[in-house]
Amino acid sequence: MTISIDPQKTNNESLQPKGWLRYFSFSLDHKVIGIQYLVCGFLFYLIGGTLASAIRIELASPMSDFMPRDVYNQVLTLHGTIMIFLWIVPVVNGAFGNYLIPFYVGARDMAFPRLNAVAFWLIPPSGLMLVASYFVEGAAQAGWTAYPPLSITTPQSGQIIWILSVLLLGGSSIFGGINFIATIIKLRRPGLKLMQLPMYCWAMLGTSLLVVLSTPVLAGTLILLSFDIIANTGFFNPVLGGNVVVYQHLFWFYSHPAVYIMVLPAFGLVSEILPVHARKPLFGYTTMVFSIMGIVVLGLVVWAHHMFTSGTPPWMRLFFTIATAFIAVPTGIKFFNWVATLWGGRISINSAMLFSCGFIINFVFGGITGVALAQVPFDIHVHDTYFVVAHFHYIVYGGTVFIIFSSIYHWFPKVAGKMLNEKLGILHFIITFIGFNLCFAPQHWLGLNGMPRRVAEYDPQFQFVNQISSLGALLMAISTIPFIINVFLSVRNGKNAGDNPWNALTPEWLTSSPPPVENWEGEAPLVEEPYGYGKEISEQK
Amino acid sequence: MNLNVFLLTKDAGLNKWNILSINTISRDQLLNKNIYLILIISLVFAISFWIGFNVNLLPAEASINAPIYDELFKILFITGLIIFIGMTIAVIYSLFKFRKRNDQIGDGIALEGNLSLEIVWTIIPSIIVLLIGLYSYNIYDRMGGMKELNHNHEMMSSNSEKIWAGISQTSDNEKAMNNLSIEVSAMQFAFLFNYPKGNFISGELHVPVDQKVSMKMESKDVIHAFWVPEFRIKQDIIPGQPTILNFTPTKVGKYPIICAELCGPYHGGMRASIIVQEESDYNEWFNKNKKPEVNL
Repeated sequence: MTISIDPQKTNNESLQPKGWLRYFSFSLDHKVIGIQYLVCGFLFYLIGGTLASAIRIELASPMSDFMPRDVYNQVLTLHGTIMIFLWIVPVVNGAFGNYLIPFYVGARDMAFPRLNAVAFWLIPPSGLMLVASYFVEGAAQAGWTAYPPLSITTPQSGQIIWILSVLLLGGSSIFGGINFIATIIKLRRPGLKLMQLPMYCWAMLGTSLLVVLSTPVLAGTLILLSFDIIANTGFFNPVLGGNVVVYQHLFWFYSHPAVYIMVLPAFGLVSEILPVHARKPLFGYTTMVFSIMGIVVLGLVVWAHHMFTSGTPPWMRLFFTIATAFIAVPTGIKFFNWVATLWGGRISINSAMLFSCGFIINFVFGGITGVALAQVPFDIHVHDTYFVVAHFHYIVYGGTVFIIFSSIYHWFPKVAGKMLNEKLGILHFIITFIGFNLCFAPQHWLGLNGMPRRVAEYDPQFQFVNQISSLGALLMAISTIPFIINVFLSVRNGKNAGDNPWNALTPEWLTSSPPPVENWEGEAPLVEEPYGYGKEISEQK
Repeated sequence: MNLNVFLLTKDAGLNKWNILSINTISRDQLLNKNIYLILIISLVFAISFWIGFNVNLLPAEASINAPIYDELFKILFITGLIIFIGMTIAVIYSLFKFRKRNDQIGDGIALEGNLSLEIVWTIIPSIIVLLIGLYSYNIYDRMGGMKELNHNHEMMSSNSEKIWAGISQTSDNEKAMNNLSIEVSAMQFAFLFNYPKGNFISGELHVPVDQKVSMKMESKDVIHAFWVPEFRIKQDIIPGQPTILNFTPTKVGKYPIICAELCGPYHGGMRASIIVQEESDYNEWFNKNKKPEVNL
C-alpha cells in the first residue's frame, strides 16, 4: 500500500501560514500538531505546578493559614485534573505520538489528519474553561476522583464545568487513540513488518487500545454524575437510593488503565532513547512487546485495588490483590531489559540519558511501593494517606515526567534543528532529581505515621517532614527555570544539529532537521532494524 | 538481578562478541568476577536486612492487628530494599563502567537479547510476587479479613439489611469473646459513637483494653473513613451502606481517629479520639454516662 498524496490536502497546506505562525493555525501536519500538544501541555504544566506550589506552601505549616479551606480543595482538585488530563496524557500520547508515529511507520501523516487537528483543538478550550471555573462560583472541590455524594453536594457550577471539561478531554483522547491504532495498523510502509516497528509504536498501540476501551466508561459515568447534579436523578445519590460504590467501580475502570495510558508511552519513549545513547540494540525486543500487551490485559482487571476500604467483598479484594501484584512481572521484565540495554554499551552521559536513568531509579521505587499497596492488609493502613500520594508521584512524576524531559532533550535537535545546551540540561536534571526525591520520599513516612491525603491541616509532629517536602517542591519549581532558559536560548542561538546528531537509526533521523512537510524528500526509508547498533563494526571486523 | 549480570558476561565473553570490553574471560577472571558478584549480592542483602530490622517507620502498635501488619511490612520493606538497591547499583555501575571514553569510537556490543536470561527474570519475579501474594493472604486471614461478618453481631440479627464487608478481627483471648457493640455515625465533620447498651451517644470512643470491639458504621452525608494509625485499620463509612469494623485494642492510651476520605472543606479537621482504658476505668466511665432505658 503506497500513500497517495491527496491533492486537496496539498492545496490546504499551501494556504496555511508558514514559520512559527503555523503553530497557531488549524494545521493538518502531524509534526505541527505534535508541537502544539507539547507546548500547550507544558503551559498547563506550569499552571498545575503553580497549584502544587500553593499546596506545598499551605502544608509548610500545620495550620490552615495560607488559603481558605474550600479554595485548598479546589486547588488540589485542579492540580490533579490539570496534571493528568492536560499535561501528562496529551503530552506522552498526543505530542510524541503525533510527532513520531508517522515517521516510525513510514507514513507522510496520520491516518485521519483532520480528526487529529480536532483532537488537539479540543484541549485549549476545555483547559481554559477548567481554569476559568475559579472565577465563577468556585472550581470543583471534590478531588480529581469526584466521588459522589461529595461531588453532588459541593457548589454545582464548578463541578459541572469540571465534568464538561473532562468529557471534552476524554473525547480528544479517544479521537487520538483511534487515529494511532489506524495509523500503526494500516499506514505502515510496504515491506515494514509489525515486529520491526520501533518499541514506541507498540507502546502506543497498547495505550490506544486502553484509551478506546476504557475512556468511554469514564464518559458514561460522568454523564450520569452530571444528571445526578443537574436533574436530581439518583444513580449515585444515596438519598434517592443510588449507590456510591458503583461510581467508584466505574470511575476506576477508566482511571486505573489511565495510569498505564500515562506510563506505557513513557516505556516506549525510553526504549527509543536508551539504545541511541548507549549505542546498543534494545535488549529483548520480543519480550518487550509481549510485556506491553501483558500490561494492557492485566491493566484492565485491577481497578478495585483503589477500593480496598470501600466495603468490597473479601473474594474481590483477593482477586484484585493477585492481579495487581502480577503487573509487576511484565513491568519488571521491561526494567531488567533496559538495564541489560545499558550493560556493555558505550554510554554518552548527556541530559537525555540522565533523565532516562533517573526514570528507571524513580520508577523502580514507585513500582515497589505499588506492589506493597496491592496487598490488601498493607493497603488498609495506608490507603488515602500521604504514602499513596508519594507512590503515585513516583510513578507519574518520577516516571513519566522524567521521560517527557528526557524525550525533549532527545528530539529537540530534530524538531528545532538546533542542539539544546548540555550544561543547562544536566543542571536541570540534578535540581529536578534532588528536588523530586526530597519532596516525595519523606511523604511515605508521613502516610505510614498518620497523615491523610487532601488535608490543609495536620498534627504539629509532622511539621518538620512536611517542610522538607516543601523545600523539595521549591527545588522542583526552580528546576524549570534552567529548562525554559535553555529552550529559548537554543531555539535562537543553539548549535546547528544537522540531520542526525546522535547517529540514531530510527526513521525520523533519516531526514532533514526540521523535517519537510511530507517527512522525507523522496521515498520513506525502510528501516528493518531500528536498533541495529554495533552491527556495522562487527561486520567490518 | 546480579545473577543476570554474571550470565550476560559469561554469554558475551564465551562465544560471540570478541570486540567487547568484557571479552575472552579466562577461568580465573570468571572466578574473580563471581567472587565480587557474591560479595556485592551479600552486601545488598545485609544492608537491606539491617535497615529492615533497625529502621522503624511505623507508629506504636496498639491493637492485635498492628504486630501482624508490621510483620508483613518488614517482609515487604526488606524485599523492596533488596530490589531497589540492586537495581540502583546496576544502573549507576553501568553508567560509570560503560560510559563512553573520549578516545572510544563506535558502538557497544550488538547484543539483542538472551532468551534464557529473559526467562530467568520473568520466572523469579513471578515467584516473588506469588509468594508475597500468598503471604499477604495469610496475613489478611489472620487479621480476620476473610471472615464472614454477619454472624455474632446482635445489631444484624434483627434485620436482614445488607452489610458491606469491613475487617473482622478475632482473638483467642477469653475476654475478647464479650463483644462490645458500638454504632458509629459520621457526618461533616464529626464522628458520633452510640453505645446501645448504655443508651447514650459520645463524641469520644472509649473502649476497654483487650476486648473485641465491633462497630457498625454509617454515614449521614458523604463518604468518610475511620482510621486509627496505631491500630493499622481503616474502613470507609459510606452513606446508605453500613460497614462493619472489628478490632481488639491491646494498649491503654489515647489515639487519634482520623477521617481519611475527602469529605469537604474541614476534612483535615475531622478528628476524634479513641481512649483505650483498663476495664475498671472503662466501666466507671460507662456507668457515669449510662442513661436509663426509655420505653416509648
